Amino acid sequence: MCCLTDSGNVTTDVDSLRSEIRDKSVRVIDVRREGDYKQDHIPTAVNLPLANLLSDDSPERVLKLVNSMGIDDETHVVVYDDTFGALASRVAWTLEYVGHSNVTLLETTYDHWKSLGLENDSTVPEIQSKEHSMKLQPDILATSNYLETAKTKDDVILIDNRERLNFLEQHIPGAISLPYRTLASDDKILRSKEDMKRLLENRGITGDSEIITYCGSVGTLSGLAYYALKSAGLSNTKLYVRSFKEWKNLEKPTEKQEDASYWDLSAE
Amino acid sequence: MTISDLKQSPPDSVKSKINWGKVEEADNFAKTVKLFRQGKYDEDSFRRFRLQHGAYGTRMTSDYAMVRIKLPAGEIYPDQIEKISQLSEQYSIGSAHFSTRENIQLHWIILEDVSEIFRSLAEVGLTSREACGNSVRNVMCSPLSGVCPDEEFDSTPYALATARFFLRNPMAQNLPRKFKFNFTCCEKHGMVRMVDVGLIPQIRDVDGSPQRGFKIFLGGGLGNKSFVGHQLEDFTPEEDLLYTSIAVMRIFDRLGDRKNLARNRMRYLVNDMGWEKFQNLVLKERSVVRATQSVITQLDVDHTPNEIKRPIRISDESGSDTAPNGFARWLKTNTVKQTQSDYRSVFLTLEAGDITASQLYALADIIRNFSSEGKARSGFAQNIALRYVHEDDLPRLYSKLIEVGLAKSGALTMTAPIGCSGTTSCNLALTNSHRLAKEIQRKFLELKLDEDDDLSDSSIKISGCPNSCGQHGIATIGFFGGGGRVGKDMYANYQMSIGGRSDGDTMLGQTLLRVPAKRVIPVLLKIIEIFKENKKSDDTLKTWIHRVVNGNEDSEIKSIVEIKKILEPLITPPTIEEDPDFYLDYGSDSSYHTKTGKGECAA
Repeated sequence: MCCLTDSGNVTTDVDSLRSEIRDKSVRVIDVRREGDYKQDHIPTAVNLPLANLLSDDSPERVLKLVNSMGIDDETHVVVYDDTFGALASRVAWTLEYVGHSNVTLLETTYDHWKSLGLENDSTVPEIQSKEHSMKLQPDILATSNYLETAKTKDDVILIDNRERLNFLEQHIPGAISLPYRTLASDDKILRSKEDMKRLLENRGITGDSEIITYCGSVGTLSGLAYYALKSAGLSNTKLYVRSFKEWKNLEKPTEKQEDASYWDLSAE
Repeated sequence: MTISDLKQSPPDSVKSKINWGKVEEADNFAKTVKLFRQGKYDEDSFRRFRLQHGAYGTRMTSDYAMVRIKLPAGEIYPDQIEKISQLSEQYSIGSAHFSTRENIQLHWIILEDVSEIFRSLAEVGLTSREACGNSVRNVMCSPLSGVCPDEEFDSTPYALATARFFLRNPMAQNLPRKFKFNFTCCEKHGMVRMVDVGLIPQIRDVDGSPQRGFKIFLGGGLGNKSFVGHQLEDFTPEEDLLYTSIAVMRIFDRLGDRKNLARNRMRYLVNDMGWEKFQNLVLKERSVVRATQSVITQLDVDHTPNEIKRPIRISDESGSDTAPNGFARWLKTNTVKQTQSDYRSVFLTLEAGDITASQLYALADIIRNFSSEGKARSGFAQNIALRYVHEDDLPRLYSKLIEVGLAKSGALTMTAPIGCSGTTSCNLALTNSHRLAKEIQRKFLELKLDEDDDLSDSSIKISGCPNSCGQHGIATIGFFGGGGRVGKDMYANYQMSIGGRSDGDTMLGQTLLRVPAKRVIPVLLKIIEIFKENKKSDDTLKTWIHRVVNGNEDSEIKSIVEIKKILEPLITPPTIEEDPDFYLDYGSDSSYHTKTGKGECAA
């Protein structure tokens, strides 16, 4: 287990990553589409498009992918994307789930990395496969059954990370709305620890409560929220990874904001 | 190297000289919300506190608030627009709303997040303080002040100074009711006779030298009962502006009705007392104020002229000299010539004031690149004005606006109706006036009615209840929402009035008849048809209706009674079996019923 996540840092800053790349002490994962990756990426990064991971995210397959990316139990992994950290979060969370705790998110997006004029290339690194052990972490996963029981408890907070309009229209009963956009700051995928703490405290998201996050379909936006909460020291958090899409498919109860035509206030 | 070192702010970004915000108020608000949720703050005190800070209640829920951001004198700067764009995505519904009183509203904000918004607003010098509640609301100024060919001088610095004087001023924290100032440029652009204090800049020759001052109108206002304001005196010299404002507020503070919430705006006091008596009181009070105030109590009017600097273009897109399709129509219906040669003011058409986060974000750069004053103004009609755009830059600006979906024509015509927020967020609303305004706009633009010169000086304004936030009383054709009924089935139904106006001949519209929501568009088109059949060659719809409501029309339409007769067949409700859609309000797929919560205007 490594120190970085234990000390509460869920992101790696630009300068640290650059020096870790120089020291060859990091495995960087680019989760963008293959075509984008091939054009250019952060030097030494390997490509694991989120869609590829999601095509089969059984622990066995994930472990194979981890091995093939040359990651063993000790490797520090940094994940990045160009979609405000949400896709990177989903990949990072999956790594955590199979037992790799030493994983962090790049503090910013690849777009921003490039706009800063930082180094990038199109070289696909040659990777030597490694052996990672399997240590499933069921504590960070919420299934629909789990959620259904858990959300009736007083000390469980259920957070919906979709946009406000979607939340108003339909959500899991008892959920509170914390749109994913709220989590970021100007250039960073997550706001500073202090800002995050204040935001969450105002919303009563504090202390020892168990927290479950969900979003629209595959746990990306809520994956980002998972790391946002962690960054503020709230580590008793689970991701309902199949999210609202599954909940609806299972025809479980939902609730909505009644008696207001809020959609008509939107300029979309 | 850190990221912030590398981040460049775009060149020539003009910033507000005045910081209206106070970050301590964010902390205080967060703390108070916590106490309230813990039951340590009673409901009424909390509501007053919340409103004083600019957070209004939301339809049928206490979980959400609307944050009303004040734009004093309507001015808004690029960095402020970017911030509001970001806030709308973070805490609201991904859109922001330009109001009729030069505020920007963020709706469906979780009450516990409001303090975060205050904090961010303070970073860019904005506040929502005293945007609601019994205080001096946003001080308005004409979007054309400073560029209007008909104005005698620019009243903007006076509007800003007035806003500054009263914001957080102890004398304005607990008035009997809200209190509104409107400054304008000239009679034509109006809006001064339907507000507590309305001011038109005037220059008088005093002993051979020109003296600045104002025509001041008092006691007007739109609401459940509307009144037209009265002119205080011929001419109020500028040094008396503050004394007069204080005097009026002191009288209102002392004598205003603090018990009857439905009748406590100053206009009721003026009406009950009679204008002459009120006028005398104000003049007397002003002498007292003048005599007792220290000489240093003066408005801090900043006369530094704005820097007008045409933005330098570094890269020019090739081939952009040819204007895209629709340019002529847009130029005609969305821009006005300024008094400064070679410059125009450009109005952006919004749908009932709504604008998306990404449009706002793009707008900030558009302002930097096209407005030679480097800022924008909120208009009187839920729109945005970009001033000091050089004539030569207009085609390129139009292309840019097309790219971001802000190039719709008709901003300055009847095809851009006002619609208050209605049932989209307001506790008092009976109908979805907001959506109706959008439906009318879409239909009218499709019919290209914005290009019809006969219609351009008319207006359509819609409120979702009788309380007039949609300003229906001063519209050429105005509507306010209510419910209609056939047997047990209810439908959204609007009271229609015609002939209202807010210029030098300000008058309130005359009630004509009730029009079901789903018949509003056919009725409007019918009125236009009747007008076309009976108009004289130089008539506009506005002048023609003005003659009709004043009984001066000599065609077969002698009075509004004839118009009513023609329209009546259009408004007969079908049965629910014949036309189920008739019984649904716009934007709703469930049966219509009137449902309201507690209003907070009066709290």
